[in-house]
Amino acid sequence: MMITKLRVAALALMVGATPALAQDKILNVSYDIARELFEALNPEFQAYWKEKTGKDVTIDQSHAGSSKQARAILEGLPADVVTFNQETDVDVLAKNGLVAENWREALPNGASPYYSLPAFLVRKGNPKGIKDWSDLARDDVQSIFPNPKTSGNGRYTYLAAYAYALQENGGDQAKAQEFVGKIFANVPVFDTGGRAATQTFAERNMGDVLITFEAETRGIAKQYADQGFEAVTPATSLFAAFPVAVVTENAEKNGSLEVSTEYLKWLYSPEAQETLAENNFRTTDKDVSAKHAADFPEVKLLTVDDVFGGWAKINSEHLAEGGILDKVFVNK
Amino acid sequence: MSVTALTHAPGQSRTVPRLLIGLAFVLTAIFVVAPLVFIFWRAFAEGWGTYVANITDPTTLHAIGLTTLVALIVVPVNIGFGIAAAWAIARFRFPGRKLLMTLIEIPFSISPIIAGICYLLLYGRQGLLGPWLAHHDLKIMFALPGIVLVTMFVTAPFVAREVLPLMQAQGSEQEEAAVTLGAKGWQVFSRVTLPNIRWALLYGAVLCTARAVGEFGGVSVVSGSIRGQTNTLPLQIELMFNDLNTTGAFAAASTLTVIALVVLVIKATLESRR
Repeated sequence: MMITKLRVAALALMVGATPALAQDKILNVSYDIARELFEALNPEFQAYWKEKTGKDVTIDQSHAGSSKQARAILEGLPADVVTFNQETDVDVLAKNGLVAENWREALPNGASPYYSLPAFLVRKGNPKGIKDWSDLARDDVQSIFPNPKTSGNGRYTYLAAYAYALQENGGDQAKAQEFVGKIFANVPVFDTGGRAATQTFAERNMGDVLITFEAETRGIAKQYADQGFEAVTPATSLFAAFPVAVVTENAEKNGSLEVSTEYLKWLYSPEAQETLAENNFRTTDKDVSAKHAADFPEVKLLTVDDVFGGWAKINSEHLAEGGILDKVFVNK
Repeated sequence: MSVTALTHAPGQSRTVPRLLIGLAFVLTAIFVVAPLVFIFWRAFAEGWGTYVANITDPTTLHAIGLTTLVALIVVPVNIGFGIAAAWAIARFRFPGRKLLMTLIEIPFSISPIIAGICYLLLYGRQGLLGPWLAHHDLKIMFALPGIVLVTMFVTAPFVAREVLPLMQAQGSEQEEAAVTLGAKGWQVFSRVTLPNIRWALLYGAVLCTARAVGEFGGVSVVSGSIRGQTNTLPLQIELMFNDLNTTGAFAAASTLTVIALVVLVIKATLESRR
């Protein structure tokens, strides 16, 4: 009896919470930890769109791991736009004809309105004096980052360390592998994802340094403010794109091509870029970047294309079964 | 020697059970009670105001509503299916009867995520029925029907498994007697069969509800996690947890826990009346 009443109450709430039908509607399918970011961005775009066209727009959000999301879109999740944290996941959609083949050229900065880089979070006062990638290969330093086999975040850490080592050793592959192998040998646990690695570092109190996206390090430091973690940006790191694209096939079917395209373009506007910077992402707008320069230490950014010749090559040479990543793991 | 052994034995038999009972209590406290208390402690960590704000967040409210709606659809269907299946198996001998019994139990032994993936491969855009569904503009995956289907699959055995043993034990004498006295089919069912199995039926329905409300793995595959549309309560909890919104996640978890505790109380009450 009581349960029935509760159910009725909950249903009433649900019906009440359903928004009224709007003229424009887009579904933004995004990566797992972007909820708060788009919760901040979407109302701004809604206001912008209303002012520009006089129309209301509803933006629905879906968040999960971006590879899982790509898979879901292939199976029919009706995404109008994707905002991912892995370029390869947009490539999967492009290969299946859901996203334009040349999606990288459709928008500035390789269709990445904001970006980040693998950076460090160290314990209060940085007792081990960790400043750069070379410190991670020291015998007395234990690093925490997720398994590069299962986590895009961990993959970036692996590639950034590798790219740094290539740079320091004049492109010597063997020395780079040895360097990365040393870092891997000092990782006490490989968690499957970034969130789990954060817990290992912050709640299980393991390791001297957590390696994750720079944007994440700030958020984690804030979440665990009582522990006094400090964010450290190394002098060299790897450009981590946050690619966006219109899912053309769906948007055409849903009649949302115009608003979807405009939504992604708007992410490059000073207004959106300011919100992105406030959420600890590096931005492409010059004025906004200049204004927040103090929050983002200067860093030499290497790119996947320059160092590794693109993601396809990374997949075949590094990540494939028996590739360089497997060798490095064996060294452990 | 035998004398000392005899006098010693009763003393020993008192200490050992006490020790075991104590151990059971301690382990239950560590593995069950402490995490439960922790959920509520974390949910209220930032005060009552934050808790209410977290619960009344529109997407959390929607998730609670959606999860309830799914249970409201799944549980009655399950009751119907469970009674029909149990009745067929208990009262009739037919070829494939054993097979049917085994099939009903399959969801117990298959991981829900496999169920989710199977449905996706069947009804998804690239799936077997996908093109036909798309052509007729029918949405099953990443919408309510998909969530309901997967939840039904996962909870399918609950009612049947509770009712079947009881029906088998009771036999069909009472029903046959009713028929010889001139009762119609529906009368037999409502006056004889149903009253006989009602506690088992309720018990099965309660378990089914608990399972339907908490289902995560399978639903996670077919939901599409659209906030305010297809995000169920367990998915909403995961989302907030990934988002470093621990208090929000635990607040949502506390509602799920309350549902589970209510179900547990109903179950205990039913058991004592059985």
